[in-house]
Amino acid sequence: MQQIVKVTDLSKQFKNLTAVNRLSFSVNEGDVYGFLGQNGAGKSTSIRMMLTLIEPTAGQIEIFGMDLSKHRREILRNIGAVIEKPDVYKYLSAYDNLQLFARLSGIKPTRKQLMEQLEMVGLAQRADDKVKTFSQGMKQRLGIGIALVHNPQLIILDEPTNGLDPQGIADIRNLILHLSRESNKTFVVSSHLLSEIEQIATRVLIIDKGKKLVEGNASELLDPTQTIVELQTFDNAFALQQLKASKWADKVQGHRNNTIVIKLDRREIPSLHTDLANMQIQLLSLQPRHSLEDYFLQVTSGNQHVDTYSN
Amino acid sequence: MLTLIQIELYKIFRRPRTYIAFGAIASLILIIQFGLKVDGKSYTDFLMKDIGGSMVIDGNIINGYLICYIMLQLLLVHVPLLVALIAADMISGEANMGTLRLLLSKPYSRTELLLAKFLAATVYTIMLLIWLAILALFLSMWIFGLGDLFLMKSSYVVLINQNDVFWRYAGAFVFAALAMVTVASLGFFLSIFAENSIGPIVATMSVIVFFTILSTLNIPIFNALKPYLFTTHLISWKEFFDLKVNDANEAIIGSIQNPQRIITSALVLLLHIVGFVGGAIFIFNKKDVLS
Repeated sequence: MQQIVKVTDLSKQFKNLTAVNRLSFSVNEGDVYGFLGQNGAGKSTSIRMMLTLIEPTAGQIEIFGMDLSKHRREILRNIGAVIEKPDVYKYLSAYDNLQLFARLSGIKPTRKQLMEQLEMVGLAQRADDKVKTFSQGMKQRLGIGIALVHNPQLIILDEPTNGLDPQGIADIRNLILHLSRESNKTFVVSSHLLSEIEQIATRVLIIDKGKKLVEGNASELLDPTQTIVELQTFDNAFALQQLKASKWADKVQGHRNNTIVIKLDRREIPSLHTDLANMQIQLLSLQPRHSLEDYFLQVTSGNQHVDTYSN
Repeated sequence: MLTLIQIELYKIFRRPRTYIAFGAIASLILIIQFGLKVDGKSYTDFLMKDIGGSMVIDGNIINGYLICYIMLQLLLVHVPLLVALIAADMISGEANMGTLRLLLSKPYSRTELLLAKFLAATVYTIMLLIWLAILALFLSMWIFGLGDLFLMKSSYVVLINQNDVFWRYAGAFVFAALAMVTVASLGFFLSIFAENSIGPIVATMSVIVFFTILSTLNIPIFNALKPYLFTTHLISWKEFFDLKVNDANEAIIGSIQNPQRIITSALVLLLHIVGFVGGAIFIFNKKDVLS
């Protein structure tokens, strides 16, 4: 599989602040690459360096096999981006904005093509309305339309579902998945909505304080043998006593805030359910919690999640 | 590059703000023309009160050429603000709207982008001057008719034959365009440092007011500075209306008393334009875009 992005030892220093610290990662063709990190982790700085908005202090960025510092124009011609907010010219219509940015990207699409693009992001009916009358969600969709208008190979989306309603979020998610699968487009998507990344990302990078914490396939990070289950019972003390006397004793992680925490293989949950009934533990709730969000909190907070449940 | 310039011009002329300047100039000129049409005699009597007893002037003094001169004197003090409204917004406005980062992630160099923006601001400035010329000169010529241009300077009067006036206005407007492009380049330069439009617009006007005061102050310590201040040269368009005289103290048609001063002023202004735009490009190329 062709490597689309290769970042090596990328650093950015702002006076006394190290925003990005020797960050290395790679994105393959067709990936939906989830870029995760808390606020101030260095995601936006890294994305801006990939778009030449910020000059790296050190390191190298290769995109499409070319050095970004030497082949900026060729590389940027084939990238579409929404950077933080989908800001466009509010005094122009959606159609005019799309046409303007298409021309800036070096293409001259027909009205039909532009209308198809607006149709794809659900704005065809508002094509001739000024953007100042648009909601945040509509601006977001227009921003994505602009990012896609010149049919780029790599699309970088910084918080693409910001301001969207649930239907809008689902539409954008489906659009990303569709373009990734059908057109083999490569996406780099940063988001604070980890559940969104979880649903679309094929690979994930988690950074904190400018440093890479982990990079890998989303499915590998979501190891099903490490599922956390939270139990709430009618009598937690009794339940804990019963569990510690059972085959689940080694898997009980602790008890806190009326919740018993058990770490197990996801496939063991039905068996646990049966045993709880057999031990006459009156169950109020059984909540499997192993999502990217848990993993993210775990790696960015110094295993905070696991520690939370320690005795 | 041509595409970039077209896009920048498109953006300028699609903004309602752009037409404020054209509207303001039109309003001011029409009001002045109305006032002088209705009560021009009182105005000339006021101007002539000091010399009225020592000379007799025949003919149409309140003609289109004089009206245009009066308006240029009044308006060229204020046009810099109208120029700054657009030029000082060229980069800061994009940063404020958030469109700068999208613009800079397109396959153009920052130098190309800045040059395109500056050239678009220059076109706007020139169009503003053309608009000023149409209303102040041609409309005044139509309303007030033609005649010799009679000007009162601080210590002398100048009388220019009507057949010798038009080319002087052509020169004056070209020079005024150069002066206003200098103002545009200053606004443009200051625009790269801000993320809102108001700051660079106010800063541009503050620099002009500050330098204009230095240019006009007659304090010896500042006199050495004056030739290097662009504000000293902004008003050199007036040099087109000073004539050489022959031994009989008669005006020589087609002459300019001090053409070298016009050339020097034009060169100083050009150097400022190159300095401001070059400085903007140099700094902006090194700037991290965090807006």
